[in-house]
Amino acid sequence: MSNRVVNLLVPIISIFLGLLVGAIVMLLSGYDPIQGYIALWEGIFGDAYAIGETIRQISPYILAGLAVAFAFRTGLFNIGVEGQLIVGWFAAAYVGAAVELPKIIHLPLALLAAAAAGAIWGLIPGILKAKLHVHEVIVTIMMNYIALHVVNALIKAVSDGGYKTETIHKTASLRSEFLSNLTDFSTLHYGILVALAMVVVMWFILEKTKTGYELKSVGFNAHASQYAGMNVSKNIVLSMVISGVFAGLGGAMEALGTFGYMASRGGFTGIGFDGIAVALLGANTPLGVIFGASLFGSLKYGAGNMPNAAGVPVEIVSIVIALIIFFVASGYIIRVILSRMSKKKEAK
Amino acid sequence: MSFLEVLYFIVPISIAYAAPLIFTAIGGVFSERSGVVNIGLEGLMVMGAFIGILFNLFYADTFGAWTPWLALLMAMVVSAVFSIMHAVASITFRADQTVSGVAINMLGIAIALFTVKMVYGKGQTDFIQQSIPRFNVPILHEIPFIGPLLFKGIYGSSLLAIGVAILAWFIIYKTPFGLRLRSVGEHPMAADTMGINVAKIRYIGVIISGGLAGIGGAIYSQTMTNDFGHATINGQGFMALAAMIFGKWHPIGAMGAALFFGFAQALAISASGIPLLNKVPTVYLYILPYVLTILALAGFIGRATAPKASGQPYIKGNR
Repeated sequence: MSNRVVNLLVPIISIFLGLLVGAIVMLLSGYDPIQGYIALWEGIFGDAYAIGETIRQISPYILAGLAVAFAFRTGLFNIGVEGQLIVGWFAAAYVGAAVELPKIIHLPLALLAAAAAGAIWGLIPGILKAKLHVHEVIVTIMMNYIALHVVNALIKAVSDGGYKTETIHKTASLRSEFLSNLTDFSTLHYGILVALAMVVVMWFILEKTKTGYELKSVGFNAHASQYAGMNVSKNIVLSMVISGVFAGLGGAMEALGTFGYMASRGGFTGIGFDGIAVALLGANTPLGVIFGASLFGSLKYGAGNMPNAAGVPVEIVSIVIALIIFFVASGYIIRVILSRMSKKKEAK
Repeated sequence: MSFLEVLYFIVPISIAYAAPLIFTAIGGVFSERSGVVNIGLEGLMVMGAFIGILFNLFYADTFGAWTPWLALLMAMVVSAVFSIMHAVASITFRADQTVSGVAINMLGIAIALFTVKMVYGKGQTDFIQQSIPRFNVPILHEIPFIGPLLFKGIYGSSLLAIGVAILAWFIIYKTPFGLRLRSVGEHPMAADTMGINVAKIRYIGVIISGGLAGIGGAIYSQTMTNDFGHATINGQGFMALAAMIFGKWHPIGAMGAALFFGFAQALAISASGIPLLNKVPTVYLYILPYVLTILALAGFIGRATAPKASGQPYIKGNR
């Protein structure tokens, strides 16, 4: 089997195994897995409304996935997408409500604010990694919690002790009557276009620019890149900043599209962590991220239909997603089994 | 409130908050010292908290006052078994240890909530009747100042945590097993050459971390919340991870850091009632543990360096 086929087979086998184990779990806990999966399918594709909501859910997943994938191409593990997304969400919601401008300026400004907030949140671990060699995983985890508490405090401050920001002005909104009408009045908004544009941006940076070449080169081998005259620390910081921009925009999807405000949070959104799954399944490529985000976004939204239609708790989908991550991460063993199987065939 | 009253009030709360962190952070020390990064502490703690409450609810009538302690034991066993998944992925399957840890975190909360909804038909369990009791340590609690500060109305689990920290220090630094554990985390190839079974030691390290994190979770749920829901364990596992780093991968250091983070948490929840402190916005107290950890890693508060081979799978024959 060629390498390319194996690379494609690993995620497909992982998805299959994840769904299979999910079915076994349902069976063992006394639920009907077939009914459960039918309910899931209906929740995703059942009618125009469901499809609209599913696509809406996919948008932040694409951006979170891009953020993880982009950093990963430079050899960095950005677990901080969650925190970067939260600060982006707040920044967009704040700019959306605080100023009044014509739409042509206001909407880009709100998006830019989200991107800048995410970038700053990525900049700190980036600098610490580049200058002081502090491992980015731990710093970004800590930054997540700092983001959560700081944003909660900021929401309280801007709303005079309340628990959510004011609703954004129409001029900053991504909502679209056209898309909404098309999908039976779902909350589908233009965010999906922003997300897809960012996919192109990531592809362009990585494949068509000198900067992208350097970023990837540092990811492959930082020492060789240094020797070749590249500025490794600059590239590490840049990678974290761009990753933060994607994550921050993911937050803007929620602020300007789905919700229109930000409420103080007791815990994380989970989108950032699911972004790791998205990037992993998509092998850290822009196109792969669309695929991964579509799968996980659909699963997450469709799961909402499972308790009503089949009586299965929604958490079954989180179990399936976690298992898929687990299997993709254990790709080594799947590869070993695949190569043994193909060798046996050749021997015959 | 006078200063002394504040102290008598806040120190016991700090210790109560610290106990679960101590257990989990020591667990982290065992795993990382063997060379396996364990981001999954949070998920393992969730599992422990959940099993603790579940066992307590089901068997409170049978075991009476012994229930919470048996629940700790049960949580330890289940979380240890759960952690085998992380061990298999990161040691045998050579998976990225961070990714596998993330999967453990997602899986822990998902399995726990799935089961809660299955059993109770709602998002959280009932409240337990037999939580871990507070008690006065005989004789010691009569010592002036130190008595009411440290030995009055204390949870037995807190004393247990301090005992475990000392025990862990002894095991890691004074026994042959501890030497092996540290050696496979620093230089697995050298350890392998000396005839140490690297994979076996690492499995043991991860499983111990699972068991301890399970106890930590069960202590938290049986002293603080007394039920289990989606937000029962909300970052305690990551805070324990921070304590481990802030304590420089040393059991006693981790205990000290956990006590300090417990103090920060206690301050944050009771700041409004304390003069002077109620002027400080609580957000600073909430983010204090995390900021300190970043500063410690950056070398501003004594450099914290991870075990050398931490995070890398050991592949025989590779140089």
